Amino acid sequence: MFKWLEKNLPKIVLAPSVGLISWFVYGFILWTLYISFTNSKILPKYELWGVGQYVKLWGLRKWHIAVDNLLIFTVLFLAICIVIGVVLAIFLDQKIRAEGVLRTIYLYPMALSFIVTGTAWKWILNPTLGIQKLFIDMGFENFTFDWLVNREMAIYTIVIAGVWQSSGFVMALFLAGLRSIDDEIVKAAKIDGAGLFTVYWKILIPMMRPVFFTSFVILVHISIKSYDLIVALTQGGPGISTTMPALFMTQTAFHKSQVGLSAASAMMMFMAVAAVIIPYLYSELRRENVS
Amino acid sequence: MIALKIQDLSKNFGSTEVLKKINVEVEEGNFLVLLGPSGCGKSTLLNIIAGLETIDEGEVFIDDYNVSKVEPKDRNIAMVFQSYALYPSMNVKENITFGLKQSKTPKDKIEEQLKKISSFLKVNELLNRKPSQLSGGQRQRVAIGRALVREPRIFLFDEPLSNLDAKLRVEMRREIKILHQKLKTTVVYVTHDQTEAMSLGTKIAIMNHGVIQQSDTPKNIYNKPQNVFVADFIGSPPMNLTEGKLTKEGNNFYFVPNDANETNKIPLKNYDFVKPINENNKEVLFGIRPEHIFHKKTNENDFEVKMKSELNEYIGHEQIVTFNYFNQEILGKFSSTIEMGTNKEVSLHFDLTQVSLFDKNTSQRI
Amino acid sequence: MSVNNTITSYKQLEERSKITNLLLRWFLYFILILFAFYFIFPLYVMIVTSFKTMEEIRQGTLLTWPSQLNFESWAVAWGGRGYGAGDTFLRPYFWNSIKMVVPAVIFSTFIGAMTGYVLTKWRFKGDRWIFLFLLFGCFIPFQAILLPMARTLGVLGISNSILGLVVVHSIYGIPFTTLFFRNYYVSIPDELIKAARIDGAGFFKIFFKILLPISAPIIVVTVIWQFTQIWNDFLFGATFSFGKAAPIQVALNNMVLSSTSVKEYNVDMASSIIAGFPTLIVYVLAGKYFIRGLTSGAVKG
Repeated sequence: MFKWLEKNLPKIVLAPSVGLISWFVYGFILWTLYISFTNSKILPKYELWGVGQYVKLWGLRKWHIAVDNLLIFTVLFLAICIVIGVVLAIFLDQKIRAEGVLRTIYLYPMALSFIVTGTAWKWILNPTLGIQKLFIDMGFENFTFDWLVNREMAIYTIVIAGVWQSSGFVMALFLAGLRSIDDEIVKAAKIDGAGLFTVYWKILIPMMRPVFFTSFVILVHISIKSYDLIVALTQGGPGISTTMPALFMTQTAFHKSQVGLSAASAMMMFMAVAAVIIPYLYSELRRENVS
Repeated sequence: MIALKIQDLSKNFGSTEVLKKINVEVEEGNFLVLLGPSGCGKSTLLNIIAGLETIDEGEVFIDDYNVSKVEPKDRNIAMVFQSYALYPSMNVKENITFGLKQSKTPKDKIEEQLKKISSFLKVNELLNRKPSQLSGGQRQRVAIGRALVREPRIFLFDEPLSNLDAKLRVEMRREIKILHQKLKTTVVYVTHDQTEAMSLGTKIAIMNHGVIQQSDTPKNIYNKPQNVFVADFIGSPPMNLTEGKLTKEGNNFYFVPNDANETNKIPLKNYDFVKPINENNKEVLFGIRPEHIFHKKTNENDFEVKMKSELNEYIGHEQIVTFNYFNQEILGKFSSTIEMGTNKEVSLHFDLTQVSLFDKNTSQRI
Repeated sequence: MSVNNTITSYKQLEERSKITNLLLRWFLYFILILFAFYFIFPLYVMIVTSFKTMEEIRQGTLLTWPSQLNFESWAVAWGGRGYGAGDTFLRPYFWNSIKMVVPAVIFSTFIGAMTGYVLTKWRFKGDRWIFLFLLFGCFIPFQAILLPMARTLGVLGISNSILGLVVVHSIYGIPFTTLFFRNYYVSIPDELIKAARIDGAGFFKIFFKILLPISAPIIVVTVIWQFTQIWNDFLFGATFSFGKAAPIQVALNNMVLSSTSVKEYNVDMASSIIAGFPTLIVYVLAGKYFIRGLTSGAVKG
């Protein structure tokens, strides 16, 4: 008996984590999936209803606004974070004197929660006492900055706060990537007569393709999950102009008591994430297998 | 003409003196090898020649022009790196032509050069591949091609064979030698491998601790090492160094090993002293290479000794036998067809035309 | 192209390149410092605002320095005004978070270490798949499990409790901690384990006597990561607790959003700083481990 125990000890030790994840991740997702095919309202009902919830979902104006906002946010968030991250990484790679200090400054926002970030930016972007007042008091008398309460512009405030929080992270990834390049390549380029700009543009940045890929995946992932930031900054408002899928899901489940509908929206979010993550994992694994 | 001249070159990294007043001259078409253990400064010297490192003191001349402050791309040099440093995101064709594009060479000239080089190095089928799809030997050829295509005055090689396995190393070494014979370019080549140095170089500069220990043809370095370091660095196994005294009787000199007596003294009749010696009983090191110890008398100058064999290492075509020579170790290299045995007293012959003497205190050749 | 024809214009080339280099350097530092201001600006505003009185806030701008260091809003943020019911302040929720974070970090880190250990040093057929299976948990949007988890906590009787949050965070931390430890242990030579087995050491002995002692770097990275994630969490806190058992981020949000009377921005800012302080301190002190966690986890995973 003991021999059997010893031989299988590794698998036994593995069992709790595998068991927990099977149940609480896979099991739960399947449950949510199931519920999304039912007509559950306050409490879950278990009779299948077909794709009714999904039809309902995509018929809702609020959901469409949420999805649109997600797209706008994701595109801007991604683009700006990557540009800032790459630029800062390249600049920091130039043997800067205060590099350590600067890196700490660029990255500390990641240590803060989205609630703290949202609260801080909410104050900064306050329509009367924030940025607007700052510029007016500096002499720009007709300056207005009421994006936070402006239906059209509020979504961009979320971009500003989100970029502030996450571009340092992209910078850290790219800096690590640049630093891992064998410096003989830079030497060879110098001998070949390439100027600094050419070295980065034609040689180093193309070598950073995996880092672009990784940043892309992680940023999209953060974006789809955005919840805390929106709650803190705009609560989805003004009105519902900055609502996003994550917010929608929580509201329909716990405030509107539409469990089935909420489950459907959760599954949409899940599929969006899967669409990005699965190809990424697949290609990463292929690379690991080849090398 | 002198293609490369290095004058009184010194370089420090922080408080460490990495190169100390280096002076080297390379004639056009020569193959200079910078040989030495890690940390001796050879790679730093190469980087300085390339313009990738700054100079603290001294000058570098290429074709009589002082290039000490000139950018690498304007020095007319090309370099092959240890890791080959091929640009990973470009294919072979783009790698080879990158430098030409940077110097704004006209398109047709680039095509012409590319064609010439790729057929010369036989990389024609590889032009569209990326470096990650090439083997080690192929990568080296592409790296050489990238250097060749710019028709530089001086080729620099930074330990290009170190990353290859033993068999491939021997093959690529021959290819480099053939290349040099065909093209007759001036080469400066860095390595820590003395076999590579001896087989490739027309001139070897052995370095240690930032100083050139000896700069000479492979033959002279092998036969007439200028100090103990060189004697010990070259040769596998290295030169035997036996401690003893140099006795003078009139105009005749003899070597007496420590712990030996008068009867065992070795006559040094035709030894070519660097400077005349006047003292008696000078403490010296007697140097003889394992391959110059024979088990049969080969010429009349041979000196016979009897030694006890202690260890026998069979290498295939050779055997290396360790002997006890008055309580000092001496290694001999013999063909493996000869029966040597172990713990036997054997009669051996030193070829006295191949010995070296070193001052025990200064380590310099005397 | 030869060295010949440029010898006279070398001096000019040298001078010109020196000036352009200098200009480029200045430009570089300018941009870097500009961004530094962008990142520091909110922190500065938070701190400065927290020390002002509401009068000063209305009079001045975001940037104005307080006339004196007024600690009142800090006291209110931490300990409240003593009105009794309806008055939210951070102190109890701060301790809620501590009570939640510590066990969850310990549990998830330990499980992650053991799991990473098994997956790398006791290989078996299909262990790659198991790793992937677990890794998937890092990526799921938690919205997909909120509903069933809420029900489960209710059924177990631990909904709206710190224990419930500990359970949730411990479980969902496992994929991340496993990722960190697995990647770390993969690069520890297998020979170490083999030598130990030849010496007669068993499964647990090898883990505790050999691997654990050299795991300090990854333990630090994992603990810092988990601490930051769990302390900063809002979604789970807001969904699975309310009222007395809430963690600090939820309390902060409630405080800021409560529009009972006049908005007290200084108290809001002080509260934000208090809520963000622990993770910020950890970052300042052990930043490089934090970064290592971010980059290694991301790049590998």
